[in-house]
Amino acid sequence: MRRILALVGLAAVPLAVLGVFFVLPVSGMLSEGFWVDGRFDPGAVADVLTRPRTLRVIWFTLWSALAGTTVSVLLGVPAAHLLHRRRFHGRGVLRALLLVPFVLPTVVVGVAFRELIGEAGPLGFLGFDGSAGAIVAGLAFFNVAVVIRAVGAAWESLDPRPAEAAAALGASPAQVFRTVTLPALRPAIVSAASVVFLFCATAFGVVLTLGGLRYSSIETEIYLLTTNLLDLQAAAALSIVQLVAITALLVVTSRLRAVADPRLARTTARPPRVSVGDWPGVLATVLVGVLVGLPIAALVVGSLQVGDGWGLGNYRALTTGGSRDALLVPVTDALVTSLRTAVDATWMALSLGLLVAVVVTRRSHTRAERRVRGLLDGLFMLPLGVSAVTLGFGFLITLDEPPLDLRDSLLLVPIAQALVALPLVVRTLAPALGGVDDRQRQAAASLGAGPLRTFATVDLPVMWKPLLAAAGFAFAVSLGEFGATSFLARDESPTMPIVIFHLIGHPGAMNYGMALAASVVLAATTAVVMLAVERLRVPSLGAF
Amino acid sequence: MRSVRVLVPLMALALSTTACSVIGGDSSSEKPASDRVVLVTHESFALPKELTRKFEKESGYDLVVRASGDAGALTNKLVLTKDDPLGDVSFGVDNTFASRALDEGVFAPYAAALPDGADRFVLAGDDGKTLAPVDSASVCVNVDDAWFADKGVAPPTTLDDLVKPAYRGLFVTSGAATSSPGMAFLLATIARYGDDWPAYWTRLMANGTQLTDGWSDAYQVDFTQGGGKGKRPIVLSYDSSPAFTVGDDGTSTTSALLDTCFRQVEYAGVLAGADNPQGAKALVDFLLSPEVQAALPDSMYVFPVDSSVELPADWSAFAKQPTDPWQVDPADIAEHRDEWLREWSDVTSR
Repeated sequence: MRRILALVGLAAVPLAVLGVFFVLPVSGMLSEGFWVDGRFDPGAVADVLTRPRTLRVIWFTLWSALAGTTVSVLLGVPAAHLLHRRRFHGRGVLRALLLVPFVLPTVVVGVAFRELIGEAGPLGFLGFDGSAGAIVAGLAFFNVAVVIRAVGAAWESLDPRPAEAAAALGASPAQVFRTVTLPALRPAIVSAASVVFLFCATAFGVVLTLGGLRYSSIETEIYLLTTNLLDLQAAAALSIVQLVAITALLVVTSRLRAVADPRLARTTARPPRVSVGDWPGVLATVLVGVLVGLPIAALVVGSLQVGDGWGLGNYRALTTGGSRDALLVPVTDALVTSLRTAVDATWMALSLGLLVAVVVTRRSHTRAERRVRGLLDGLFMLPLGVSAVTLGFGFLITLDEPPLDLRDSLLLVPIAQALVALPLVVRTLAPALGGVDDRQRQAAASLGAGPLRTFATVDLPVMWKPLLAAAGFAFAVSLGEFGATSFLARDESPTMPIVIFHLIGHPGAMNYGMALAASVVLAATTAVVMLAVERLRVPSLGAF
Repeated sequence: MRSVRVLVPLMALALSTTACSVIGGDSSSEKPASDRVVLVTHESFALPKELTRKFEKESGYDLVVRASGDAGALTNKLVLTKDDPLGDVSFGVDNTFASRALDEGVFAPYAAALPDGADRFVLAGDDGKTLAPVDSASVCVNVDDAWFADKGVAPPTTLDDLVKPAYRGLFVTSGAATSSPGMAFLLATIARYGDDWPAYWTRLMANGTQLTDGWSDAYQVDFTQGGGKGKRPIVLSYDSSPAFTVGDDGTSTTSALLDTCFRQVEYAGVLAGADNPQGAKALVDFLLSPEVQAALPDSMYVFPVDSSVELPADWSAFAKQPTDPWQVDPADIAEHRDEWLREWSDVTSR
């Protein structure tokens, strides 16, 4: 009982934050749907669920997210092998670059993709534009990096000896992979896939831009119902579907993720050079490179076009307010705002994430305790799966009374971004913490160290590198976050994605060029941050 | 580990330069409510800094701008928070959403003194008692004149023309469900064809029309004169767009088809339950003042309602406004929006 109390005490702060900034706003929006004119009327919500359109939308969301996840995993796992278990020149740079899509605003990625696959683009002959295939490619573009990072990190710290033993006993490389490596990687792959699935299922811009409006997902439908039609019953119905689906997903993945002994066998063996047998990894990495590289190249080329010639004019213009002062602030100011917001979001996500990770990884003594920890683990994943529109509108209608009169607070934007980053942070930190043998802590305690001292001497040395990695993740998420940010009230200090959206939404060749140039700057900033994390030689960039 | 030693101080430096961040940043929200005016608006709101400073100086209020979302999101936010409004005054609710806001009692009465020529923009059924028209912009089909001259084909001029085989596969428009110009275009076709509009849209889609998510996709990627140099010479855009395609020779390469237009008017109004109604009224008056009206074209790409204001040179030369745009009664829009959008989605995704 005391242990459960201690657990709850430790979880109190993250729980309170989640309660105020997630549970309260979302239930506020749901109750708007359930209570019609002050009367509880769940019938209307239930009716929505039987509409043929609703069923079509749910079906599309499920299969497109599943397809996006499958492609990301099929490309990501072999690429992770090459990028994390093999040594070659420029590996660090490549790893950092692959994370760039993660922060690009979808509106820009949509434009970049369509410049390639649209009827006037170099790949237009494929007839890919406006097809479900384009949507799946777009989803993979954004998410393959998550799989590479997460699986790669797990692979890096995998003990190579069982695989070597199997090979010595005559197993073929395929047999080794199937019987030794894959089972060991399963928790990491399942975790990464579940996070990617949530990202795919709540993708918004990709579905609309690349699908040519022929497809609607739950997320786009909630957006339409909430911001345009004000049909809150239907929106509430779909939000419920989202919540139920995520809960089911989390239950399934927590089963699949469970391993008998989570303690990591840490290895620091120097990875070998690339050899002929690595062709699947090379092939996948090349494919990922093409998938990620082509749209980014299209952006860079577009940003260098000035009139009919080439030049850096679009970049120079970033310090001004745009042609005819289209912007309230120069793009350079927006970059500073973005960086500042990202710093706030990062420390918030890290402090909360660390607490959550500590709570969910401590060894459970009873069944009930394990249940509670598992429940908490899942709870903090929820914000990934719920519509940004529901959350954004929920903020406005629930956080308006003292003591929670927060809807005008400038902290809302970093807090919303921190909530989005939190699951990634927890998934990065938890495996590292779980890998610490509890007996080390007991030894420290019996030698007279208090809880803080134990943490500082036992956990922190293992933790600080994953912490940095998580910080990089959180920073990148914050830099690129658009959905929630665009819904929250802000003063005259927009972030980069908002400014880019503003620029691309107005006529004038200069604005278009500047939007592309600003995207390249945002991408480059991210790459530099990621490269800095990479340079710290974090041996395990966490595992999901 | 050497690189770590270099990087940690570097990162610490980077952190400390940005660390003060928003926490501890000076926020005008600290001031008492009577000293500030909070403007709730959409993300396209922009005015030169000199003008907003002038307002603050002359009125004595601090102006706090809360801009986010599009016109639809703005309206729905105002409706959902009407019991405890987000600010004192709102700008950006347009004539396609205004009835919903009025029906829900979002705005408090304030009959602002309107500038010359603004009378024709007042909302039917409100007559300027609550909402003051601030700007207008018509959504019109635009054509690439250079492309048509080059091909020796006469460009289309009417909505009827767009379904003719001569213009097959040449038109790109943003969707009605996802973009405000797309909705305006749907309304133009509803005004033109009445109950037969689904049949028109069926023919339009059969004629190879491409749908995109938003304006920027249609104009910047698919339009021949857009930033990405697309393949389609007919696009849905605004009456002001030709002013932005002026070439080196001083002529515009595009023009708006003035028989295809639907006019969007944006309104400002005092929010019911405002903390500072006096400041809110002052801001509405400020938006109607000659200086702001003159700044609208360059700042927000819209026409002022004040007919005495001089337009920028490119605008007066190339941005022609329709004299008799298609109209749909705002109350009708409020009543049928849902049904129309549903039917539109069915027709276009067939």
